[in-house]
Amino acid sequence: MRNVAENLTGPSGWRGIGADWSSDQRAFKNVSWGKAMMWIFLLSDTFIFSCFLLSYMTARMSTTEPWPNPSEVFALRIGGEQVPLILIAIMTFVLISSSGTMAMAVNFGYRGDRAKTAALMLATAAFGATFVGMQAFEWTKLILEGVRPWANPFGAPQFGSTFFMITGFHGTHVTIGVVFLLIIARKVWRGDFDTGRRGFFTSRKGNYEIVEITGLYWHFVDLVWVFIFAFFYLW
Amino acid sequence: MAQTRIPTEMQHPIKLYLVVWGWLFVLSTSSYLVDYFHLEGYLRWVLILLLMISKAWLIVAVFMHMAWERLALICAILLPPLLVLVFVAIMVSESNYTLLTRIAFFGWHS
Repeated sequence: MRNVAENLTGPSGWRGIGADWSSDQRAFKNVSWGKAMMWIFLLSDTFIFSCFLLSYMTARMSTTEPWPNPSEVFALRIGGEQVPLILIAIMTFVLISSSGTMAMAVNFGYRGDRAKTAALMLATAAFGATFVGMQAFEWTKLILEGVRPWANPFGAPQFGSTFFMITGFHGTHVTIGVVFLLIIARKVWRGDFDTGRRGFFTSRKGNYEIVEITGLYWHFVDLVWVFIFAFFYLW
Repeated sequence: MAQTRIPTEMQHPIKLYLVVWGWLFVLSTSSYLVDYFHLEGYLRWVLILLLMISKAWLIVAVFMHMAWERLALICAILLPPLLVLVFVAIMVSESNYTLLTRIAFFGWHS
């Protein structure tokens, strides 16, 4: 199927858009249906997170009470000194590192390097699990300090609801990503894509492209965090 | 069937990913420093947005391979989210109205 798809590519640039979209059967010429569907899913997920961040913006702009200063709320006491936002910074670096290992896993996948691909995917999953663990720590700390979805000791009550909603939904995405990574890493490790073993649900042979599709989802989770970090923690 | 060919657009050296990874670290550190040094006002907001957009661009273009996709896919995926900006404009206006009525009827800090 891929060979047929790749031979269908027409002119490039702006003429290519016209040619691709007005052509028969498929608009995305050299992209498999799996990759196109993941992209379209991610587009819909973009709108979900956009709505969360927008409602956060609306709540923060329309409240008459002062918004809690995230720099102080998320500070940690290290060695007797208050370090602002340090946990969030570490979480950001952990997630970026996981994206780096994932990008390399995709590359080794296309080279057919089974061991390196599986190892890098497991490293990515480990970084992801670390991130979720740190988020659980952050939630525990805030809940112990009295932050609730309806009230908090620092200022505007909407702070709690937007915080739990946005980071909770993102954390859920990371958790699902870790599970997704572990499932695909197992298949890669077992050599399913070399031996042509058929999938449990689909009964069809897979190939290393699934590593890239998993990667798209994982990078998206990192991408969303970039926006949450900027708008919720830094703004 | 067994051996996977490398699609031409995927034949990048690992070094490319390491360089982008390094840049993402630099950009993230910079955004953290914006907060650490308590930059305020327009300087803070402009820096936060610039660093955010550069990071997002690197992730989408290189890590998600968007730079090597055909324009038909790039436009289909990257243009629709821009419409969110219209939604932002609507909600900014709505928030200002809500804030105004709250101040008018309840006063500050009520």
